[in-house]
Amino acid sequence: MGKNKCLLSACLAGLLGLGFLVFSLSSQADDFTENDLKRWNQEFMSVVMKGEKLFHSADLGTNKVSCDQCHPNAANTHPETYPKFQQQLGRVITLSDMVNWCIQNPLEGEPLPLDDARMTALLSYITFERRGVSLAPGKH
Amino acid sequence: MNMNRRAFLKATGTGLMASAFPISLVKLAFGGQDPSQDFTFGYISDAHIQQIKGTQFVRNWDMGLIRAVQEANLLTPRPDFFMFGGDLAQLGKKEELDHGLEIMSNLRGKVRYVIGEHDYYLDLGKYWQDKISPLYYSFDHKGVHFVVLNSILTYDKWTHETWPSPMDRMLAMARLDNPKGSPFMVGDQQIAWLKKDLAKINQDTPVVVFSHSPIQKIFKPWNFWTQDAEKVQALLKPFEKATVIYGHVHQVQYNQIGNITFHAVMATAWPWPYPETYSQLTSCLPKITVPMNRADPFFERDATGWQFVDMKSGKPAVHYQLPDNPNRTVIFDTVTGKPKDVKYQDYNRRIPPQTHF
Repeated sequence: MGKNKCLLSACLAGLLGLGFLVFSLSSQADDFTENDLKRWNQEFMSVVMKGEKLFHSADLGTNKVSCDQCHPNAANTHPETYPKFQQQLGRVITLSDMVNWCIQNPLEGEPLPLDDARMTALLSYITFERRGVSLAPGKH
Repeated sequence: MNMNRRAFLKATGTGLMASAFPISLVKLAFGGQDPSQDFTFGYISDAHIQQIKGTQFVRNWDMGLIRAVQEANLLTPRPDFFMFGGDLAQLGKKEELDHGLEIMSNLRGKVRYVIGEHDYYLDLGKYWQDKISPLYYSFDHKGVHFVVLNSILTYDKWTHETWPSPMDRMLAMARLDNPKGSPFMVGDQQIAWLKKDLAKINQDTPVVVFSHSPIQKIFKPWNFWTQDAEKVQALLKPFEKATVIYGHVHQVQYNQIGNITFHAVMATAWPWPYPETYSQLTSCLPKITVPMNRADPFFERDATGWQFVDMKSGKPAVHYQLPDNPNRTVIFDTVTGKPKDVKYQDYNRRIPPQTHF
């Protein structure tokens, strides 16, 4: 009996200890500073800037046409409306699909893999230029 | 007429010639005091012919200009002349201007040219003046005084002291949303010339000014703007019938400021968004403008086009020729003293594609 009691106490103590460990780990993850925020924003903005550069370059296609020729400041791209039914394709698509459509058609280039860093950069720039606008998925 | 055109296209599938065919059925209702003095002129603008390399050019932009020229060739009765509204080239290169001129050479009729920033900022208009046109000039036709301005000049410092090479300067001005861009202006020298030019014109003579940029202030970051617009407007103020027709904006715009009526023309190359669709900044699109339809990118000529202009009353009526969209006509309404779209001006008659966001 006494042995069992001891074991139970040890288990409880162990669980309690684990609980403290989990608690302290999670509170570490939550505890970020102004400097962290600054750095994360800098990381994001550096990708936005890469996207801005790509959006204004002839590097995505084969005919020297760039995205900004039709979309100054990424206007008329409507990122807040995706995913939406693209009636010309007859299905619901994402903004990445439409970016690749533009690369393949007006720019006469090859589509980017969806996890390509250039795609991430383009999406970052396009959505950053539309910041503050309410999400409106499906809108036309 | 457009339903007929679509039905005709579907039935024949013969493409370009078929799509332009009904234009030859247009009969203009001439009705001035002296009908023999009524006339029309055609207006083609913003072709942006872009060289890839050697003899390769961007097919999409080529096709826009080729189509406009072929459609305009079928217009009956024939316009008295044509205007080209600027931005024949994308980067001002001789190859681009030559290729654009080659396409334009198929147009039946006299053509006069307005220079755009894409034609100018590589060699500051040298090739343009040698081969195409003076940068600014005036002419008279059947009782109307026409003025062509070079409205895409800017500060000397920006033009001459900022860029390491002419092509860097050209690329900087070619980027519409360039934060390192510079506002367009007509400049004091040309304004002095305009003052002198207009001094000899009776104030009841209709005056039509052709410029590349709007001689009004709509949105500075994209140069839908002329910095010294008010100075030009002041010179036009004494005239009973004054009109400015401009390119650059690649969209339907019209406005009335005092006695001056403004009309923008379409591009043959690609459409531009209305400035209000850039959500980070405010802009001033004229309230009376009923926008063109939002572009369908899957039809590459959509939201492009050209126009012919009916001068019967001395106040132009602009007939927009719009592939795959109902054509639009913006007349001068003598009752309100403002331009109006003959079909869509009433707010209740607008259609969903005219909402831009």
